[in-house]
Amino acid sequence: MSNLAIEAKNVRKRFGAHDVLQGVDLAVPEGSIYALLGPNGAGKTTLIHILSTLVEPDEGMVRICGHELAAASMVKRSISLTGQFAAVDEVLTARENLTMAGRLCGLTRAEARARAEELLARFDLESAADKRVRTYSGGMRRRLDLAISLVTPRPVLFLDEPTTGLDTMSRRTLWDLIRSLKRQGVTVFLTTQYLEEADQLADTIAVLDGGRIVATGTASELKTRLGDEVLELRDGRGSLIRTLSTDGSLQDIRQQLNELAASVPPDTRIAIRKPSLDDVFVALTAQEKERRSS
Amino acid sequence: MMTIRQHQSGPQQTAKSASLAVTNAVFIGRSLRLSLRNPEALIMAILLPILLMLMFTYVFGGAIDPSGQYVHYVVPGIILLCAGFGSSSTAVDVTQDMTNGIIDRFRTMPISSVCVITGHVVASLARNLLATFLVIGVALLVGFRPTASLWEWLAALGVIVLFILTFTWLFAAIGLVTGSPAAAGSYGFALLFLPYLSSAFVPVSTMPGWLQGVASRQPITPVIETIRGLLTGTPIHNQAWWAVGWCAAILLVALVWSWAAFRRRAGRR
Ligand SMILES: Nc1ncnc2c1ncn2[C@@H]1O[C@H](COP(=O)(O)OP(=O)(O)O)[C@@H](O)[C@H]1O
Ligand SMILES: [Mg+2]
Repeated sequence: MSNLAIEAKNVRKRFGAHDVLQGVDLAVPEGSIYALLGPNGAGKTTLIHILSTLVEPDEGMVRICGHELAAASMVKRSISLTGQFAAVDEVLTARENLTMAGRLCGLTRAEARARAEELLARFDLESAADKRVRTYSGGMRRRLDLAISLVTPRPVLFLDEPTTGLDTMSRRTLWDLIRSLKRQGVTVFLTTQYLEEADQLADTIAVLDGGRIVATGTASELKTRLGDEVLELRDGRGSLIRTLSTDGSLQDIRQQLNELAASVPPDTRIAIRKPSLDDVFVALTAQEKERRSS
Repeated sequence: MMTIRQHQSGPQQTAKSASLAVTNAVFIGRSLRLSLRNPEALIMAILLPILLMLMFTYVFGGAIDPSGQYVHYVVPGIILLCAGFGSSSTAVDVTQDMTNGIIDRFRTMPISSVCVITGHVVASLARNLLATFLVIGVALLVGFRPTASLWEWLAALGVIVLFILTFTWLFAAIGLVTGSPAAAGSYGFALLFLPYLSSAFVPVSTMPGWLQGVASRQPITPVIETIRGLLTGTPIHNQAWWAVGWCAAILLVALVWSWAAFRRRAGRR
């Protein structure tokens, strides 16, 4: 039985008339990777800001490593955050950024310098270490940003859309890094819009939509919610008309196709495949829309 | 499933954090570095007052005071112009930090994140004192002959430091409530005009009546009269009290305003 690194109950946040979070519950076990999945504007950043003490929730309870948000300094000692937009000092060099963060985290000057050296090597920033960050590419900035978050080891790491805007190679490198952090016992809470990312990395996936967590589970648990197989119907030009979920039996497929026959053109093509997280996502967010409009 | 934790050396240690002294030192160091790496602004802050002083001494000076003594009159005004202009860039520095996301990084660290602002304030003080010394140096070269004793020099320096701190904090507060660095920058010009409506360049008594009311009641005039009195021996009367009172009052307002704005800006977005 593992302890919870992050626990949240009934977290609510409203901006003016906009009810962004309408009662979010979370339980993240220590040492796991937890992916919060949601479309743009779902409130992922707001939730991460609340969990990392940057924004006060209107209501609700949050505990990080057993400390409530009111004990902010204890919480801050347990977390580090890499936000959606790189929080680096553009006028300083990478080395200076890292050394400064080390000093602020309580390292001595020598320790901070040594740690900076280590991280520069690990994040492949050595050749640009003494250039000002202003001249860096987006990928380098992200790497530096993450490196700064790792200056001193903290049990909980928040990553807000860590791979948005990265090329495929950098994305894979980052995934490997996140996995290696998990092996060291770090709890990683990340947000993403990419289902593949959640699928690849996460022990638990939560889908945030309409201000609530509408589904939680492992990738395979979420997929089985949709049935065993997916029927894809495409028109003559190859564009998707609709998808149906089925248990894969001849009887079920025949029945569903009979019901459809009249409403789709005769040249419709059919393919059967395993459900992807995309299907889950689309299905869940569609349900949520229905619930809200009714 | 996942239970790899416990008794590991790394992440489960509760991290140390920096003391207040170290935090301040780090942020002051950072702001000083930022100042040094923005040489255009630094040169501008020093060159502009010097050019103004040369212009007023050599171009307008003869017309204002044909006896050639104008340099003695104008230097204290130039010093304040220099300090006011130099401190205005604090607004830009502060807004930049508050809007580019780095403040979030500092705020999730177990440190007193308001030290970011005090770092900028101390750096501004250092920048402005440097500029002031250079201005005084050039003034001596062009014929400024102060009569001040050591104590009067120190007192003048004290008033200058108070003035710089006051306006730097005022601009820090403006930076905290402004949305963009560009907007913050434009406020700097407002202060550039304040000295023209004071006794910095011409005695208040030479202005039209309605303007005298404004000029003699604004905070810059008593500060200038005090510095001028200390350095060149003109009568100070009660201007010193007005100078210190004005500065203290504005400083207090600016500090409270900054504190509230920082909490609001940082705490609830
Ligand atoms: N400070 C704020 N004031 C008003 N609305 C906000 C504020 N912060 C976020 N929002 C709104 O809350 C919603 C969720 O934003 P966000 O948490 O950034 O979503 P996500 O990260 O999932 O894209 C958005 O509609 C956004 O406009
Ligand atoms: Mg976001």
